[in-house]
Amino acid sequence: MIKRFIALALLVGVGLIFTTLMMTYEPDANLNLTAHYYAEHTANDVGSANIVTAILVTYRGLDTLGEVTVLFLASSIIGLVLSLGKKQNKTLRNLVPVGELLTTGSLYLAPIIVLLGVYVFVNGHLTPGGGFPGGAIIASSMLLLLLSDPLKHFSHGLISFVESISGFVYVALGVLGIVMAGSFLDNRILPLGQFGELISAGAIPLIYSLIGLKVGAEFSSMLANLSEMEDL
Amino acid sequence: MSTFMLVMTVVLCIAILVAAIVSIQVKGDKSMPIAILAAGLVSLLASVLFLILASPDVAMTEAAIGGGLSTFLFFFVLARMRSGEQAGHERSGVKHD
Amino acid sequence: MAYIAMATGFLLILIGFYGALTNRNLLRMIVAFTIANSGVNIVIIAIGYMHGRTAPILDSVVPVAEAANRIIDPVPQALVLTAIVIGVGVTALMLAFAYKLYERKGTLDIAKFTELKW
Repeated sequence: MIKRFIALALLVGVGLIFTTLMMTYEPDANLNLTAHYYAEHTANDVGSANIVTAILVTYRGLDTLGEVTVLFLASSIIGLVLSLGKKQNKTLRNLVPVGELLTTGSLYLAPIIVLLGVYVFVNGHLTPGGGFPGGAIIASSMLLLLLSDPLKHFSHGLISFVESISGFVYVALGVLGIVMAGSFLDNRILPLGQFGELISAGAIPLIYSLIGLKVGAEFSSMLANLSEMEDL
Repeated sequence: MSTFMLVMTVVLCIAILVAAIVSIQVKGDKSMPIAILAAGLVSLLASVLFLILASPDVAMTEAAIGGGLSTFLFFFVLARMRSGEQAGHERSGVKHD
Repeated sequence: MAYIAMATGFLLILIGFYGALTNRNLLRMIVAFTIANSGVNIVIIAIGYMHGRTAPILDSVVPVAEAANRIIDPVPQALVLTAIVIGVGVTALMLAFAYKLYERKGTLDIAKFTELKW
């Protein structure tokens, strides 16, 4: 009872801070300086129609590199932690057989879901979306295959191969930006092209495709590791 | 049109708060899957709220990642702990490595 | 409208923290952290919203020439995109550790993990 009272008192204190923050907040009438710069110069300098994509890939590309690193760290730690102390012979679980509808339906649906994911990250510079939801959609097709056949064994070698190659080519493109164009992860190493076309905005489609593949491979490896844990 | 958006925002926010309170406070035998599904519902409604606040990128990402992947991560781990739903439920014979 | 969303986000953070402080089951604490994570993302997006403007994508609705008058702030959206992905990575990590703790101790009650107490 004392613990609950202390927790409530702490939350009331934090709530007072939040209320003060909300009372003194007034929304802006015009864009602030940074956003104004991004709004004015995206179409000419970067050539991408989606301003959030331009910020994530070129203007603040180093933050995206850091995020990709954090995801890589999380997925490799999960793989390491869950494989320590694993018994060599897995006991075969007796499972309820999955129905015919789910098996056949998932075999039809999985390539279409992968196609949707590829569409989302290839068109990242024209429509909302980009590499991160595209990668998550690809991972959810793996999830569908796992749900329909829980004993399915994914080849971890292929997933880690895709992940490592994408990460390596992503950093190599960044270094190529220093050599050829001007700064790390600059997108002007390829020609900017016509505004609004699919092949435009320099290296942004290429970079986002690599990010999408890497994120999809990392989420798939997380799911495969978690589903191959033993039954207790 | 603007009052319609306002009404929809208020309805969504009330639904988000109710789902969050349900997820924290549900007790009982089958309460763990209910709590996980309520957290997934919070993510899904937050994705619609992001769309009303004019952010389509964030809405897509939250719907795919928060609504789908996070809920399934919880269910995978829950399925491997068959008797761990009630707090303080001990298994017979604790493993020593 | 931004005020309503911001108030919802702050309340979600408080509800999530309350759930993490008072539950004793490990999995329910992780669920409460997920709810608090969603709350933080809602607050950051609600800050960037401006009344009467639309999403930061240049197409036929928002021509390139008047982009600075018609779009909302794009920087919080880029920040939240990163935050969502990292949040789900941290949740997966917490779940892997919870599984390992359950394997070692046989219980999910946080009051029974007393090895670090002196």
